[in-house]
Amino acid sequence: MAMDINDLRSILTVAGLLCFLAIVWWAYGSKSSQKGFEEAANLPFAEGNDDGAAATSHRR
Amino acid sequence: MSGTQTTYNDKVVRQFAVMTVIWGIVGMLVGVIIAAQLVWPELNIGPWLHFGRLRPLHTNAVIFAFGGCALFATSYWVVQRTCHTRLWGGPLIPFTFWGWQLIIVLAAVTLPLGITSGKEYAELEWPIDILITLVWVSYAVVFFGTIAVRKVSHIYVANWFFGAFIIAVALLHLGNSAALPVSFTKSYSAYAGVQDAMIQWWYGHNAVGFFLTAGFLGMMYYFVPKQAGRPVYSYRLSVVHFWALIFTYMWAGPHHLHYTALPDWTQSVGMLFSLILLAPSWGGMINGIMTLSGAWHKLRDDPILKFLITSLSFYGMSTFEGPMMSIKTVNALSHYTDWTVGHVHSGALGWVAMVSIGSIYYLLPRLFGKKEMYSTALVTTHFWIATIGTVLYIASMWIAGVMQGLMWRAVNADGTLAYSFVESVKGSYPFWAIRWLGGVLFLLGMLIMAYNMFKTIAGGKTEDVPVIEPAGHHA
Repeated sequence: MAMDINDLRSILTVAGLLCFLAIVWWAYGSKSSQKGFEEAANLPFAEGNDDGAAATSHRR
Repeated sequence: MSGTQTTYNDKVVRQFAVMTVIWGIVGMLVGVIIAAQLVWPELNIGPWLHFGRLRPLHTNAVIFAFGGCALFATSYWVVQRTCHTRLWGGPLIPFTFWGWQLIIVLAAVTLPLGITSGKEYAELEWPIDILITLVWVSYAVVFFGTIAVRKVSHIYVANWFFGAFIIAVALLHLGNSAALPVSFTKSYSAYAGVQDAMIQWWYGHNAVGFFLTAGFLGMMYYFVPKQAGRPVYSYRLSVVHFWALIFTYMWAGPHHLHYTALPDWTQSVGMLFSLILLAPSWGGMINGIMTLSGAWHKLRDDPILKFLITSLSFYGMSTFEGPMMSIKTVNALSHYTDWTVGHVHSGALGWVAMVSIGSIYYLLPRLFGKKEMYSTALVTTHFWIATIGTVLYIASMWIAGVMQGLMWRAVNADGTLAYSFVESVKGSYPFWAIRWLGGVLFLLGMLIMAYNMFKTIAGGKTEDVPVIEPAGHHA
């Protein structure tokens, strides 16, 4: 049986889902990414001269 | 690119921030006028100032002028701060400002004249559409150019949301605005019939999803942590939030076309993905609100934080309401009624406007070399007036909408309609008056903001501040 455009669409949808699940695994599953995420979360506080909200209260 | 003192480009942020407030007042004033026209039809004066001409002017002004300027201002600020570099792009930067202002003025002239392509939220005719494309491509070049020359390795999550907003809006604008011009001021859509409707609501709903959501989530992920003084509740949740939103939003448009000529399965797919959207929306909302976890007391005396956190509550409320309204049987009651208008404004006033207002209040003193706004008490006043106005608006539209839906579907024992259409109009009058009052209050809040803004600007310093070298980050 020859492939038609709808097979391609189905494959793309499934690939999209797998891709998303891989992202969820990367975010929550792998231990090694933890430190990087914490650093990233603190990026807005690496600005120094901020006279507004206190920039010192880093949690965790 | 190191050693010498480079400065942040805050001039363009200043320009966009001030125009956010100005266009907010203009757009909301037009909204108050058309709300009044529904209560007092005598106010429909001449063809130019008729409801049908002013309504698209209102939507374009609040979405693209007010919301657009807020997005430009905040994205230009955030991308410079979190990338530790000056805005890249030279003359393209002022071009995005002046080009965008020219587009707004052209909209304000052409729409009352009746020059329109008739597509909701995409009414502007083809010459203006081309100008939008030029400005938007310049915006993308400036934004991604700045990301490319960043001094830290990681791209902060707020920039992901701003970036997705810029790319998706480009895609949507080009797709939906494809048209055949027949004269300088008139064109016809490249699509026909139900395909045209589908393309229009693919655009229309993603305008909500990417123009009115993704960009403002970018604001949330920067300004909520900054104002709260603590990092976002969960960075890993923000990553999943981003990709879940990207993967699902594009499919939700067909819920605008329930019970139309659109194939039934397409309607069902639209409904399903609208329901799925609840998950990333609430994930994002919880991430924003929980950032304050353990520091709730800050909410008590910080009106800027009040604006930001309340906006997230309204975001949660409207992203629960939206999926519910996309269910076909609910939609059978709600569609074409004022319930839809109430839902839109729960998102537009409660979420989009409030998160923008909070972010602009954060920016204004910093942009003009001040410690804080001229009057914090007036910010608090603004907050309460805006909140009461929003609640009045939403509640009145809920009641009017459900009433209209029930009256339109009511039938007598012999199958004839129980009510004529005009009876539902008559029953709606008191609620339209309350809605107008809600709008007046919200506008009043913006006028207070403008006064506070000009007082803050007066005597302020506008010299550019040096770029902060990233400390303790592996570049």
